[in-house]
Amino acid sequence: MAGLDKRVATYAEALAGLTDNMTVLSGGFGLCGIPENLIAEIKRMGVKGLTVVSNNCGVDGFGLGILLEDRQIRKMVASYVGENALFERQLLSGELEVELTPQGTLAEKMRAGGAGIPAFYTATGYGTPVAEGKETRQFNGRNVILEEAIIGDFAIVKGWKADHFGNVVYRHTAQNFNPVVATAGKITVVEVEEIVEPGVLLPTEIHTPGIYVDRVILGTFEKRIEQRTVRKA
Amino acid sequence: MALSREQMAQRVARELQDGFYVNLGIGIPTLVANYVPDGIDVMLQSENGLLGMGPFPTEDTIDADMINAGKQTVTARKGASIFSSAESFAMIRGGHVDLTVLGAFEVDVEGNIASWMIPGKLVKGMGGAMDLVAGAENIIVTMTHASKDGESKLLSRCSLPLTGAGCIKKVLTDLAYLEIENGAFVLRETAPGVTVDEIIAKTAGKLIVPDDVVEMTF
Repeated sequence: MAGLDKRVATYAEALAGLTDNMTVLSGGFGLCGIPENLIAEIKRMGVKGLTVVSNNCGVDGFGLGILLEDRQIRKMVASYVGENALFERQLLSGELEVELTPQGTLAEKMRAGGAGIPAFYTATGYGTPVAEGKETRQFNGRNVILEEAIIGDFAIVKGWKADHFGNVVYRHTAQNFNPVVATAGKITVVEVEEIVEPGVLLPTEIHTPGIYVDRVILGTFEKRIEQRTVRKA
Repeated sequence: MALSREQMAQRVARELQDGFYVNLGIGIPTLVANYVPDGIDVMLQSENGLLGMGPFPTEDTIDADMINAGKQTVTARKGASIFSSAESFAMIRGGHVDLTVLGAFEVDVEGNIASWMIPGKLVKGMGGAMDLVAGAENIIVTMTHASKDGESKLLSRCSLPLTGAGCIKKVLTDLAYLEIENGAFVLRETAPGVTVDEIIAKTAGKLIVPDDVVEMTF
C-alpha cells in the first residue's frame, strides 16, 4: 500500500486500526454482496463493542451473524433482522441494541454521510415509531422528518473487480448497499474477486471511484444463497 | 366466495398499464407478475437495486449475485438496469414508481397503514415498506378483509404502529375492492358471490356503499 496503490496483501493489514467500540458500515443485502472475509477477519481480531450499520445482520453462522457468537456487536443499525436466531436471543436479553431504520433512509443516511451532508428531510417514517424524537417540518404541504447522516470509522465493502487505484465495479445485484457504504467510511476497505491492471476497467464503467477507497484486498468467496428459487428449464 | 390468493393477484393485475414501473411486495403482490395482461409491458422494480426483474432462473443459470428484495434468486429481463440501494430508493422516494403493491395488517379510513410491527411480538424490521408507502402515489394494499377470528382489518383508526400515515387510497381484500376517500372506505367491487351485507359486517371503519357497486368476474 503506497500512494495511489491501494492494494494490501493480508486481511490483517486490510483491517489494521480497527479497535473496540468503533462504528463499522457493511455492504450487502441479505447474504448477497457481503464482505464475507472482512467480516471473518473482524471475528478473528476479536474487537468488541462495535456499532454495525448494515441492511441486515447475516444469518446464524454466516455473514455478520458470526460477530454475534462472541458478542462483538453492541448495537446494530439495520432495516430488517429477521433471519437470525442468535440475534433474537441477544436482543431479547438486552445484550444487543438495535436501531431499526427504513431501508431507503438507511441508504440515504450513508449517501449523505459520504457526501458531506449532515442531515436531510424525508417523508419516510413520518407518523410512525421511526419519527419519535425527530424534528418534523412541512414542505409544500408534505410532512417530513429530519434524519441524520451516518459515517463509519471503517466501511467494509464487497466488490467484483478493482484496480490498483481502488476503482471498483460490482457484479449484478451484489452492488446493493456497497457503493454507498464505500463513500461513508473514514477508512474504506474493499475486498474483490479480481484485481486488474490499471486501465483494464473503463473510466465509464466505474461504480466506486478510487478516491473513496483506502485499501483493496483480493479474496475468495463462498457466496452463500439465502433463498434458492428456480423455475423448470 | 372469498377470492383466492391467485384471484387477488389477477384483480390487482388489471390495474397495470402499459409502460408502468411497478414494485411488488412479498406474498400475494409477488403473484401479480404471473397475470400481466397480454399486450402490456411493465418493468418490475426490486428495491435491492434491480429494475427489470425477470423470472426465476433455471437450475443451471442460478447466480448468487442476482437476487430480488425477497432474497430469492432471480434473473434480469431485457432492458433491465442494476444500481445501488441509494439509487433504488431515490426512484421510490422520488415518486418515479407508477404502482406499488404491498400487504398489510391493517388500514384505516384516513389512509394509514400498519404492516410491520405487532407490539409484544419480536420486531424484525420495516425493510423498505416505509419508503415505499411514503414515496408512491399509487399504492394498492392486498390483505384479507378480516383476521382468522373475524376481526376487521379495515378500521376507523389503525391499532398497530404505523408504516405510513395518510398514504393509502386503494385496498383489495379477499372480499372486496375499496377506495379510501374523505375519511371513509368506498366499496367499488365485491368478490363473486360475496354479499354487500357481509362486507358491511366485516368493515369496522366507516363504509360507503354507492349504487354502482359491481361484482368482480374472473
